[in-house]
Amino acid sequence: MEHIIKPILIIVGVLLVLLTLAAGLIWVERRLLGLWQDRYGPNRVGPLGLMQVLADMIKIFTKEDWIPPFADKWVFVLAPAIIMVAVLLSFAVIPFAPEIFVVNLNVGLLFVLAMSSLSVYSIALAGWSSENKYSLIGGLRAAAQMVSYEVFMGLSLMGVVMLAGSFNLRDIVEAQKDIWFCIPQLPGFLIFFIAGLAETRRIPFDLPEAENELVAGFHTEYSGMKFGMFFVGEYLGIILISALTVVLFFGGWLGPVLPPVLWFFVKTFFFICMFILVRATFPRLRYDQLMAFGWKVMLPVSLLNLVVVGTVILAGGF
Amino acid sequence: MESLIFYLLSAVTLISAVFVVFLRRPMHNVLSMIVVMIGLAGLFILLNAEFIGMVQLVVYAGAVMVLFLFVIMLLNLDQIRLPIDPREGRTWIGVGTALALLLVLFPILRAVIPSGTSAPETGQTMSNTQIIARELFTTYLLPFEIASVLLLAAIVGTVILAKKRS
Repeated sequence: MEHIIKPILIIVGVLLVLLTLAAGLIWVERRLLGLWQDRYGPNRVGPLGLMQVLADMIKIFTKEDWIPPFADKWVFVLAPAIIMVAVLLSFAVIPFAPEIFVVNLNVGLLFVLAMSSLSVYSIALAGWSSENKYSLIGGLRAAAQMVSYEVFMGLSLMGVVMLAGSFNLRDIVEAQKDIWFCIPQLPGFLIFFIAGLAETRRIPFDLPEAENELVAGFHTEYSGMKFGMFFVGEYLGIILISALTVVLFFGGWLGPVLPPVLWFFVKTFFFICMFILVRATFPRLRYDQLMAFGWKVMLPVSLLNLVVVGTVILAGGF
Repeated sequence: MESLIFYLLSAVTLISAVFVVFLRRPMHNVLSMIVVMIGLAGLFILLNAEFIGMVQLVVYAGAVMVLFLFVIMLLNLDQIRLPIDPREGRTWIGVGTALALLLVLFPILRAVIPSGTSAPETGQTMSNTQIIARELFTTYLLPFEIASVLLLAAIVGTVILAKKRS
């Protein structure tokens, strides 16, 4: 009986924690932004403004859920669902602790990359189906940006795969018993983090929804919970990239004294805060800068990194 | 259980493939095509070829189809709904020919491609990925390299063509 109940408990637990965390992050982000930009942030509703999360949720659930009459109805409804499904599915292969994971997939890393490449459709289709010029431009930008940065994201991870000799995320964590991969794979980590920012469409890469030129970009026509799904999807994306960074470069659950899950959580939370810090401090790039930076800097550096790692491994360095 | 999943996946793939041909808005055709790709990836995974399944998802469903999507978004093909062809007879001749070809090809392929062999027993020591890597760089090294050179030539060609315009 236990072997049936345990996975179900883990799945439900992971889902609940993720959704709570994603909602809670809205508050965390606004408070931290306030702190770093020398202002208050939400502090009126409840102690420290904590009830703001609840107020936001009530608001978003009770708002009018409008489908524009000129939109392609089916695609319009489908688009926000895709990002939620793709991001939540990715968490299935993340090992939170030696005993806490949903599936132990031996191509786990590829699975995550596949899901992140499918989430492009959500944004692109949202932009297209809204039948609105701003949305369409947002969608086009998102598609080009995410497809390009996916390339570097995949390439930057191959160094880790070569060092660990496996696509299995559990094996990758266990291969870091002696040394965390962020040290031999520092370039890989930096590229991955930058590509992660671009994949989650955060400042400085938030061109798909650049509000001072595109109204709200791809989600201009969305309201109510459909908009909420994009919003939660973005936060889940941040959690996913942070968790992946921890698993691939910072030894996952490994760490002294504290229980493994706690280590995983603390490290992940640190990277979530890094995401918010980046947002608090950087300006938005211009679109051509974004593309030039990707193809002229990130691609050569990630290829060079790959060559170096390959040579070192062949020479027997690891 | 396995055959149930197989029939389910095949049904989804085939029905979406029919949609690719018969839906009237270009964007819907692309969406159906994506579903076909995902279905194929599922079939690969069912055959224990999880690496190929994932690559199918990343490359075909994730990258190639995004480019299709891109073109359709840029061209705004939407206003041009495909007109209903007055010479409908032609369509049916096409369908008939395709069916006839399938009827001829199916037994031939069945005879040529060895059927019924399940995925090679991999054991616990080697993953699917490692086997593919080893085969690619030993048995199939020459075709693999030729394909790489071909792709490189294609990349260089596109860059040159794109440069000429501007």
